[in-house]
Amino acid sequence: MNIFLQILFGVLGGFFGGLGMGGGTLLIPLLTIFLHFDQQLSQGINLLTFLFMAVFSLYIHSKNNLIVTKNIVYIIIGGVIFSVAGAFLATVLPSIILRKCFGGFLVILAVVEFVKALKKQAN
Amino acid sequence: MKNKKSVQSNIQSGQTSLKKKVMLVFLGGLVGFLNGFFGGGGGMICVPTLEKGLGLDNKRAHATAIAVIFPLSLVSCAIYIFKGAIQSLPLLTVGLGVLAGGIAGSFALKFIPSKTLRIIFAVIMLVGGVRLII
Repeated sequence: MNIFLQILFGVLGGFFGGLGMGGGTLLIPLLTIFLHFDQQLSQGINLLTFLFMAVFSLYIHSKNNLIVTKNIVYIIIGGVIFSVAGAFLATVLPSIILRKCFGGFLVILAVVEFVKALKKQAN
Repeated sequence: MKNKKSVQSNIQSGQTSLKKKVMLVFLGGLVGFLNGFFGGGGGMICVPTLEKGLGLDNKRAHATAIAVIFPLSLVSCAIYIFKGAIQSLPLLTVGLGVLAGGIAGSFALKFIPSKTLRIIFAVIMLVGGVRLII
């Protein structure tokens, strides 16, 4: 049963990821809530599966000339440095605290999505 | 006539001001911190950064975001593994699912109305978020 759910949640997360909507924001809560994974484990699995999928996506996108390299080096420099800080903090926090932080993050993202959707309707 | 070197350096550096570079580093830092701390979701900030900061269209912003987030996730992932956060590995099952779902999702992209889907997705995030906090 658990194995079935693991595959199913993977499919759901991958599906939304493939749609470009952020599969991790779906996969991580599914794994933590229904399979009782440690929040850190859910997040780590998401990072690993992202890396795996990204290789294919990057190959296809670069063939279609959709990847712009100009100036992204600045974003990457800042990003790599603070990735270390973010990942380190995530691994030293108690799982339950990280879980609540992640929940807050999701609620904020959901509200932003609603506002965007409402704005588009108003236009 | 411009010489080749100056044209090349123009293409590479453009007319990017120092202020803009600093802003990009700062926004990149935010993407990196969130992506490392939450193990994902960096794209949520990275895509708008690429659209507004670098003027990319939505499609290119999505594709380029993956190229930006890849090295960040690599670093974060290494730290998660090094700190022992990923010991047990239900990775194969979940990973296989993600692979299948990802392929299906990228094909479905053409057929699914994105507005309805976005709202459904937002509702799921809201419910999931509240459930995690409680």
